[in-house]
Amino acid sequence: MHRRGVGAGAIAKKKLAEAKYKERGTVLAEDQLAQMSKQLETFKTHLEEFASKHKQEIRKSAQFRVQFQDMCATIGVDPLASGKGFWSEMLGVGDFYYELGVQIIEVCLALKHRNGGLITLEELHQRVLKGRGKFAQDVSQDDLIRAIKKLKAMGNGFGIIPVGGTYLVQSVPAELNMDHTVVLQLAEKKGFVTVSEIKSSLKWETERTCHVLDDLLKEGLAWLDGQAAGEPQYWLPALFSELYSQDVTPEEASEMVP
Amino acid sequence: MDRFVWSSGLLEINETLVIQQRGVRLYDGEEKGKMDLGTLLLSTHRLLWRDHKNHDCCIAMPLSQIVLFEEQAGGIGKSAKIVVHLHPAPSNKEPGPYQTSKYSYIKLSFKEHGQIEFSRRLSEEMTQKRWERMPVSPPINSSTTSQAGRTRAVGIVGIERKLEEKRKEMDKNISEAFEDLSKLMEKAKEMVELSRSIASKIKDKQGDITEDETIRFKSYLLSMGIANPVTRETHGSGTHYHMQLAKQLGEIMLAPLEARRGMMALTEVYCLVNRARGMELLSPEDLVNACKMFEALKLPLRLRIFDSGVMVIQLQSHSEEEIIASAVDNVSEKGSLTSEEFAKLLGLSVLLSKERLLLAEKMGHLCRDDSVEGLRFYPNLF
Repeated sequence: MHRRGVGAGAIAKKKLAEAKYKERGTVLAEDQLAQMSKQLETFKTHLEEFASKHKQEIRKSAQFRVQFQDMCATIGVDPLASGKGFWSEMLGVGDFYYELGVQIIEVCLALKHRNGGLITLEELHQRVLKGRGKFAQDVSQDDLIRAIKKLKAMGNGFGIIPVGGTYLVQSVPAELNMDHTVVLQLAEKKGFVTVSEIKSSLKWETERTCHVLDDLLKEGLAWLDGQAAGEPQYWLPALFSELYSQDVTPEEASEMVP
Repeated sequence: MDRFVWSSGLLEINETLVIQQRGVRLYDGEEKGKMDLGTLLLSTHRLLWRDHKNHDCCIAMPLSQIVLFEEQAGGIGKSAKIVVHLHPAPSNKEPGPYQTSKYSYIKLSFKEHGQIEFSRRLSEEMTQKRWERMPVSPPINSSTTSQAGRTRAVGIVGIERKLEEKRKEMDKNISEAFEDLSKLMEKAKEMVELSRSIASKIKDKQGDITEDETIRFKSYLLSMGIANPVTRETHGSGTHYHMQLAKQLGEIMLAPLEARRGMMALTEVYCLVNRARGMELLSPEDLVNACKMFEALKLPLRLRIFDSGVMVIQLQSHSEEEIIASAVDNVSEKGSLTSEEFAKLLGLSVLLSKERLLLAEKMGHLCRDDSVEGLRFYPNLF
C-alpha cells in the first residue's frame, strides 16, 4: 500500500510543481513578447508601405504634419520621442523636428544677450527661416512649437507663453509666474509698459507692480527708459519689432559668449 | 505691378499688421521687378513691401485689388512663390513704381521662405475682408471692389477653373494620404493596446520576468513611440540603444568638455552632437535617457540637474570642490563678479557661470548683492 504523506518525496514533488508553474509564468510573458515582436514587424511593413507612398507629404505639407501629430497624440503614440523610433526612421519626421530644435536653440542663444531669453514666435520664425537658407524646407509656426515642446526634456527652461494673439518663447530658466506673464501680455501692444498703465489695467497696488517690474529688469527681460516724457517706461526687447531686420553685428558677435 | 502706390509704410489707425516676411522679391507678371529684396508686410487692409537696403522705398496695395492667389512650389534653384491675380488699377490711383503693366498678376518670391505662414494669413484676410468693416482715413483706394465684379478679365475665369482643378487634385491626394494615415493609426492603436496588456501582465508576474525581457519590451516601446505603461515615462533609460549612445557620448564628449572646464549645458551638447551627425539625429529624450546611464555604465561623465532646472553634462574628474574653489578664488581676486563678468573670465556661457556662482553661494562661500543693476557675488566674510 502506498502512503501519501509528508515525506521528503512529497516536498520534492511540491518543489517540482512550483518550478513548473514558474516556468509557465515565464513562458507566458515570453509568448506575449514574441507576439508583440511579430506584430511590430507587421506594423513596420505597413509603415514602410505608407512611407513609400506618402513620405513626401510629411516634408511638404505643414497641414499634413499637424494632422499626423494630432492623430498620434490621440492614440497615445509620440513619433518624436526617439530618433530610433520607426516613425523617425521611416518617415523622417524625427530629423525634421530635431534639426529644427538645433536651429531654435542657436537663434535663442545668439539673441539672449539682447532680449534676456524671451523672443516672440514671429521673430524666432523669421530668424530660423533665414538661418535655414534657401534650399531648406519651409517651416510653419506650428512646427516650431512642436520642436520647442520636445526641447523641454532637456531642462533648459524652454517654454511657450501666450500673449495677445501670439506666443513668446522663453529659453532661460527664469521663473515666470502669472504676474510676470500678465505684464508681458500688457506690454505686447506697444513693446513697453509703465507703472500707471499696470496699476490702472490690472488694478494692482504700487508695491506689487514694482516688484514684478524689478524681477523683469533683473532677469534682463526688460530695460528701463528713465528719460521718457512723463513717467519711466519699461521696454521689452523681445517685443521690439524694429529689431527684426537687424542682424547681430560682428562686434556683438565677438562679445557674445557661447 | 502698376497697382502699387508709393507709401510711407506707416499703418493707419484701425489698420493692424498681420504678418511680415523678409527676403521677398516682387515680379511683375513673369518679369523680375526693378526692385531688389525687401520685406513683405500684410495688414488688415493692404499688402506692403519695403526695400531692405533703402527703407524709404516702400510701396503698398489695397487688399481689395486682389482677385485670388495661388501658391507655386519652389524647386531646385527656384524659390517658392505666391501668384496674386489682380483687378485692374482704378483710374484715380496715386502714383507708384510702375505707370503701366501688361500683366494682371504679380508674383511674390520668397527667397527666405515663410510662404506657408504668409499664405495662410493672406487667405484668412481675404476671407474675413476686415478692410471693409474697419474704415481707415485717409481712405485706401477700395473703389475697385464693386466695379471689378463686372469688368473681370477673361483670363481670370480660366485661372479660377485651373485653381479649382488643382484644388480637387490636391484634395484627392491629401484625402488618400489621410485615409492611409487613418488606417495606419488603427494598426498603431492595436500596438498600444497590446503593450498595455503586456505591461499589466509583467507587473503581475514581478520577479518572474528576466531583465533581458524587460529590456526587450522597452525597446519595442521605443520603436513605436509608446510611453512605458508601467512607469509612464517615455522609454526611461535601459534600452540597448541608450546604452550604446551613452558609450558613444562617453568618447566624443571628453575633448569638448575639457575645453569648457568640464561642464556643458545639455542643449549645447544636443546641438554639438546633432550637428556632427548630420542625419539620424538624436531626439532630446534620447540624449537625456542616454545621459542617465553614465553612472551605471561607469563612464567618466555625469548628468547633473541644478536647482534651477538647468541640465548639464559634467566630467567626473572635475569635482565639486574644485568648481567652488575656483569660483571663490576668481571672485576674491576681482573683489566681486557678476555672471556675465565671470563668463567672460572663464570663456564659459553666462548660464553655466551663473550656476557655478550659485553653487558656491549655496555652500556658503559667496554672498550676493541683488539689485536691478544685476546680481553680483562677493566673498562671504560672515
